[in-house]
Amino acid sequence: MAFKQYQQSGAALMLALWSLAAHAEMRWNFPKPVTPMAEDTLHVHNKFMIIIMVIFLVVLGIMIYSIFNHRKSKGHTPSQFTGPTTRSQVIWTLVPFAILLYIDFILMGIPAYHSVVMMEDTKNGADMVLKVTGMQWRWQYEYMDGDAKGIKYVSNLKTPQDEIDGKAEKNPDYLLEVDNPLVLPVGKKVRVLLTANDVIHTWWVPQFGTARDAIPGFLRETWIKIEEPGTYKGQCKELCGKGHGFMPVVVNAVSEADYKKWVEAKKTELEAASAGADKQWSKEDLIAHGKEVYEKNCAVCHQADGKGIPGTFPALAGSKIINAPIFDKDGKLMTDSHLDRVFNGKNVMPAWKGILNDVDIASVVTFERNSFGNSMGDMVQPAQVKALR
Amino acid sequence: MNAEDRALANRKLVKKLLWVIAGAILFTIALVPLYNVMCQVTGFNGKTGNSAEQAAKSMKVDNTRWVTVEFTSNVMPGLAWTFYPKQTSIRVHPGQIELATYVAKNIANQEVIGQAIPSVSPGQASLYFKKIECFCFQRQTLKPGESKEMPLTFFVSPDLPKQIETITLSYAFYSAVK
Amino acid sequence: MTTATDVHAHDDHHEHHPAGIMRWLTTTNHKDIGTMYLTFSLIMFLVGGMMILGVRAELFKPGLQLMRPEFFNQLIGVHALVMIFAALMPAATGFANWLLPLQLGAPDMALPRLNNWGFWLLPPAAILLTLPFTLALFGIGDGAVATGWTLYAPLSVQGGLGVDFAIFSIHLLGISSVLGSINIIVTIFNMRAPGMTLMKMPLFAWGWLITAFLLIATIPVLAGAVTMLLTDRHFGTHFFDAAGGGDPILFQHLFWFFGHPEVYILLLPVWGFIPHILSAFTRKPVYGYKAQVYSFWAIGILSVVVWAHHFLTVGMPVPALLYFMYSTMSISLPLAVLFFCWIANMWKGSMSFETPMLFATGWIILFGIGGLTGLVLADVAADAQYHHSYFVVAHFHYTLFAGGIMGVMAGVYFWLPKMTGRMYNEKLGKLHFWLTAIAFNMTFIPQFFLGLAGMPRRIPDYALQFADFNMISSISAFVLGLSQLLFVYNIVSCVRGHGEKAADKPWEGAEGLEWTLSSPPPYHSFTEQPVIK
Repeated sequence: MAFKQYQQSGAALMLALWSLAAHAEMRWNFPKPVTPMAEDTLHVHNKFMIIIMVIFLVVLGIMIYSIFNHRKSKGHTPSQFTGPTTRSQVIWTLVPFAILLYIDFILMGIPAYHSVVMMEDTKNGADMVLKVTGMQWRWQYEYMDGDAKGIKYVSNLKTPQDEIDGKAEKNPDYLLEVDNPLVLPVGKKVRVLLTANDVIHTWWVPQFGTARDAIPGFLRETWIKIEEPGTYKGQCKELCGKGHGFMPVVVNAVSEADYKKWVEAKKTELEAASAGADKQWSKEDLIAHGKEVYEKNCAVCHQADGKGIPGTFPALAGSKIINAPIFDKDGKLMTDSHLDRVFNGKNVMPAWKGILNDVDIASVVTFERNSFGNSMGDMVQPAQVKALR
Repeated sequence: MNAEDRALANRKLVKKLLWVIAGAILFTIALVPLYNVMCQVTGFNGKTGNSAEQAAKSMKVDNTRWVTVEFTSNVMPGLAWTFYPKQTSIRVHPGQIELATYVAKNIANQEVIGQAIPSVSPGQASLYFKKIECFCFQRQTLKPGESKEMPLTFFVSPDLPKQIETITLSYAFYSAVK
Repeated sequence: MTTATDVHAHDDHHEHHPAGIMRWLTTTNHKDIGTMYLTFSLIMFLVGGMMILGVRAELFKPGLQLMRPEFFNQLIGVHALVMIFAALMPAATGFANWLLPLQLGAPDMALPRLNNWGFWLLPPAAILLTLPFTLALFGIGDGAVATGWTLYAPLSVQGGLGVDFAIFSIHLLGISSVLGSINIIVTIFNMRAPGMTLMKMPLFAWGWLITAFLLIATIPVLAGAVTMLLTDRHFGTHFFDAAGGGDPILFQHLFWFFGHPEVYILLLPVWGFIPHILSAFTRKPVYGYKAQVYSFWAIGILSVVVWAHHFLTVGMPVPALLYFMYSTMSISLPLAVLFFCWIANMWKGSMSFETPMLFATGWIILFGIGGLTGLVLADVAADAQYHHSYFVVAHFHYTLFAGGIMGVMAGVYFWLPKMTGRMYNEKLGKLHFWLTAIAFNMTFIPQFFLGLAGMPRRIPDYALQFADFNMISSISAFVLGLSQLLFVYNIVSCVRGHGEKAADKPWEGAEGLEWTLSSPPPYHSFTEQPVIK
């Protein structure tokens, strides 16, 4: 099967090479900058690239001249010099280093200095603050102030597994699409706080010209000011485990007015979701919803069949934690119970209380207790989850 | 040089080199505390110092400036608590001693000990963010179902560089390690 | 001094080394050990190469075709560890063993028994590193280390038993390197022929002397860092865990405090090769000997003070960022001195382009690209874009494949006639060079563009916009990999005694004591030390 794929790919290669120059997808430089920082980075980068190419070509030119003229086959007799001898030779030897000193610390050094100062200018005049939390393998966004204060949600990869496995046609946004994109207003200076819950991640959107590590237990910050509405995409770029290639960043930059509308809509949506927690759910509904939640969030490690990956991710089928009660006789959550593990996490298992809402957690727990051969028969109501918060 | 002299010279040099290696190993061990000193001096990593009660006594309030202090929190996996700041931000004059409160609740049916790890951003500001009393100085124990308000008294040093207008304080609450 | 052939005959008569495997297990002869190092290096070069061809096959087109992401992560990390610690470093040590006594006019290395131990630590280390792949097939553990070669905590604290195996492997490799370094330093200081002052010593010895000092200064830091990782994993310490007052960034500081000098540990011996080769094929003495020695020192010292440029996106105070930026840029100055010397060595020579010279010339050009892109990477703000993108991958392959491995290949072709007594096939050698050079560029130039366009490194699958360049890169990588079979063929046929018999000095312009001995040299190199005037 693999061979056949390669045959197809070989044909595709011919096509690709043929249309190489005209191919729209082939990018030769940074993508279009949309923040002052990215603009600056692009200018600095272009300038530096020209400088190093000039250095390279000049030196290569000298080498090629020498290679063609100072050959034995041309009867060139070797000189025997081992260093500069006359005063003028010494001076000519020093000239390249004077030029290099100038390039290093003035031509490149000064613009680079200004870029660094600009990049670290997070402290002033921020219009809003955004907190980004990296976790295996998704991003969480929390709006810290302004109208959107309190909005907090998780952004997951949306690409279906079938597309990744080659069982379905890949859509144009393959691997760069999420269920809940980050929405930001244009023209506002956003202070971005970064942290992580498990391992180190790096939040990176190339068109913003900014990348900063998200470090577990510590806070970092950077800033962005998007100047053009649009959808901008990036990825995690610090190796963070098996899902490293599958945690994209998608940002919708919208006008101030549209942003306000989005904030209202999002608030309503989040309220509606939490309102669902107050009603009594039937077991069937919980299991049906839980299956969706499971496939989206849990199957990546515990696998679609609940068998896990031996040695790495525990199986849910027949799990001791699942096949045990959740609440003690006083109705309190038992430590190391099924819900405790899902809600609060442990080691590699994330704390889902910060990621999923009450309905999702109740549903997925109910689903797991009644699937993969587990038959606890009981259920967890969203209201019980809500009471824990 | 005959073979015996050479063997002797070799052995001497090997001994010296072993000292160099021993030095390198010592240096490696020293790097851990050195790193912490570096963090404290430069504010790298946003680590804050311990109680600054002494410094507080001689502090002058700078009424001409306002600084916004923001609060945020993370509960790390494995800790069966909820934990959040009661106020999301306050405005302070540098030098003014302020009180902020976090709320923690144990949602499990067992006693749990937690340890809060503070981090301040921008890192440079951590040098000027002084805590007088903080729940992060000790481990915190919560009984099953217990809810607790955790106070923090602090001030921002008037030496805070002028360009810093906002400071964010974050606590990552971990399940206490043995 | 007796003539070389006499020494040889004399030797064969009196030497009673055990035959078969025991000869290799117990040998204390510098040439035997050098040969074992070089053989080991070649095997591991092929092993590491096969791993990365698996990676390139997966990256041939978007989607997951051949492997799970976990396995992909294992391949990239083990590829790097194998190439650095088991291919490039042993190659340099192998050459040191072979050449230093010959070039310095010594009978053998100073500490022959230590030398033997140093080598025999390597095979177990390589086995430890790769064993978890096999164990996983039997359902034990989840495969090899999957954190990349940098082993960043906390990902490595979270990892499976592959991490422990990698840690022990690094310990063994580290001990081996340190033993090798001690031996080399002692040999260089104590075993030189009478009259050969330090400043008359061949540049290869100088390159290695500084490498050896860097190794004994920084390997303990790496060993310490991975030991802390081990205790964090199993013995309840919290060096890298914020919960216990530790800090994950500390690991990065420790790792790169070793990691940046490591780059020069890999490159300095090669910088030592190149002047020998250039001078031989330009028929012109080495240009700027002193300048090169001082540049070696300058780079060696600078290399231990610039480490944090490997993780500038971690968030550092502005003064620290500026310091690491400008200190990194400063490395370009001594490096420029070296480039100047190499090119001045070619200037007005009488050049001919046999395979070693082709490799050396190509090496200067390609390593130049690696150096220049390194200069750009020092810029902190732009580094936010380059960092951990394919731009960096391309950059360090220009320094480590072109600058490291192609330099070693130049050395292999140059000294192979001396080591084996046979000439390699010149046509195949040239073909090997051209295929390698072209395929190498076709593999890694697209990666520069991929990085600029925004493709992160270490991802098993990518967005559609990256597809074309990845396809070109993958195909070229296979051409690059396959053309190394020519290299293997050339070496094997020389070792097996095929090919023309090599003269004692097969290269017209070659200078140095090693060419005064027979090809291959006698079992004990200089039983009577030559005197240098």
